[in-house]
Amino acid sequence: MLCDFCKENEATIHLSQVVGDKVSKVDLCEACAKAKGITDPGNITLLGDVLGEFGAGPVAADSEGLRCPACGFTQANFKKQGRLGCGTCYETFEPGLRPLLKAMHKGERHVGKSPRRVAVTKGSPERIKQLEKELARAIKDERFEQAAQLRDEIRSLEAGAKSSPAV
Amino acid sequence: MENSETRADGEVDVSRLVVMSSRVRLARNLSGTAFPGWAKKADRQKSLESIKAVARELPEMKGALVRSMDEFTAIEKQLLVERHLISREHAAKTVGSGVVISESETISLMINEEDHLRMQALMPGLCLREVWAVIDRVDSELEEHLNYAYSPKLGYLTACPTNVGTGMRASAMLHLPALVLADQINQIVQAVNKLGLAVRGLYGEGTEASGNLFQVSNQTTLGERETDLIERLGKVILQIIEHEKNARQALMEKRPQMIYDQVGRAYGILGNACVQSSKEAMNLLSMLRLGLDLDLIQGLDRKRIDDMFLLTQPAHLQKHVQQKLTAEQRDVTRASLLRDMLKDIGRPKTMSFSSPESTDQGQQDRPNVS
Repeated sequence: MLCDFCKENEATIHLSQVVGDKVSKVDLCEACAKAKGITDPGNITLLGDVLGEFGAGPVAADSEGLRCPACGFTQANFKKQGRLGCGTCYETFEPGLRPLLKAMHKGERHVGKSPRRVAVTKGSPERIKQLEKELARAIKDERFEQAAQLRDEIRSLEAGAKSSPAV
Repeated sequence: MENSETRADGEVDVSRLVVMSSRVRLARNLSGTAFPGWAKKADRQKSLESIKAVARELPEMKGALVRSMDEFTAIEKQLLVERHLISREHAAKTVGSGVVISESETISLMINEEDHLRMQALMPGLCLREVWAVIDRVDSELEEHLNYAYSPKLGYLTACPTNVGTGMRASAMLHLPALVLADQINQIVQAVNKLGLAVRGLYGEGTEASGNLFQVSNQTTLGERETDLIERLGKVILQIIEHEKNARQALMEKRPQMIYDQVGRAYGILGNACVQSSKEAMNLLSMLRLGLDLDLIQGLDRKRIDDMFLLTQPAHLQKHVQQKLTAEQRDVTRASLLRDMLKDIGRPKTMSFSSPESTDQGQQDRPNVS
């Protein structure tokens, strides 16, 4: 089997990732794997990177020199380490991260526990109203998985607004 | 069978036999400061001090071990890894990282590992809901005093995007000797992987399975509620237990001589060997444990097997003899300790081979010693 990237050398490193029913596979030779910064094949954060979901396409081309205003972390740092610099990095690198998170996780939106201070403000009527709008749109577009997530979030917010924080 | 795994109705609770421990860990970071891997040394130190100060005041942490990583010797760190209280990555840390470990060792906080805070609750047996309840409470108490990095859309923000959302990894350590002996383990691993769950070795990510111990955990953290995930993981684990139970039954019915042989050999080698690697010892102890589960060994209790298992690990071994040992010395000391611990245990049951079996032909020529 030839390397997916150079198409010259024999592929010796085979990565695959399964999320739900999505399977992504990539086969690389040692040199290309090294060039792509894969040192730990178990590290699935890098898979999206190699597959071109992060750091490719028009968004990434614009943001090649992107730097987090809060901590100074750059996109190049992320490519190298597979880790982010600080919480703000999630906003800074949002366009590149979005497809990566989508490939990596079950959903795109957090539906679990939230800190009490957030739960209180998050449960505000405006926030719920906004989510209800998003829900209506999701149903209209037949994005049912997302709709279910939004519905759950609204429910938890409504419960949280009434009693103690949602857990 | 006379042990705690026997339920009131007299039936053996297989889940207690198969599930060694349950664990839930949460990843949290402080808002407004860089993650440990990117933070400057002074900032890291500051995060460490502020988390330590809050954590040591928790009611659960009365009498806890509170330490900076540079205050441990290499063996002490390894000891914590072997007890699953810190990760191998955390053991490599020095100044600027630390731990807070509850007296009972049920709750453990790693400060400045990959994230500012990695907290876990770990308890024996299958009890995912209970460990979640414990760590959820600790998290809520910490959150009263610490400002976590959190986004309404993405949840708890973590250094690695694989943990973002709930920041939760729930797992159970399973002992699956029959699935390994019956060559079914790969099928099980593949099926579990398809459900978005990971199967790993004894010490988590990137480690090899030895002693037929497998850690099953969730792989994704975004888009699923903690409690839903725990229910889902619990159900999958019950299914794996069922498969292990069936495999044990099938082996005992179709190839009993193989099981008797494995258990007998494990007893023989552990009771007589003079040089014993940890890997070999773990695999043999696994067979001994299976023998105990199947009632083939008398006079041995699970506690002693667990002690033997832990004592087999390099740091525990060295702590036991209060001496630093080379790998060769360890193998000799290990063998001698294990021999000692089996000294007063009678030989396992052996099988009468009066009716020749169609498989394992070689066995028939052996004299029957039972």
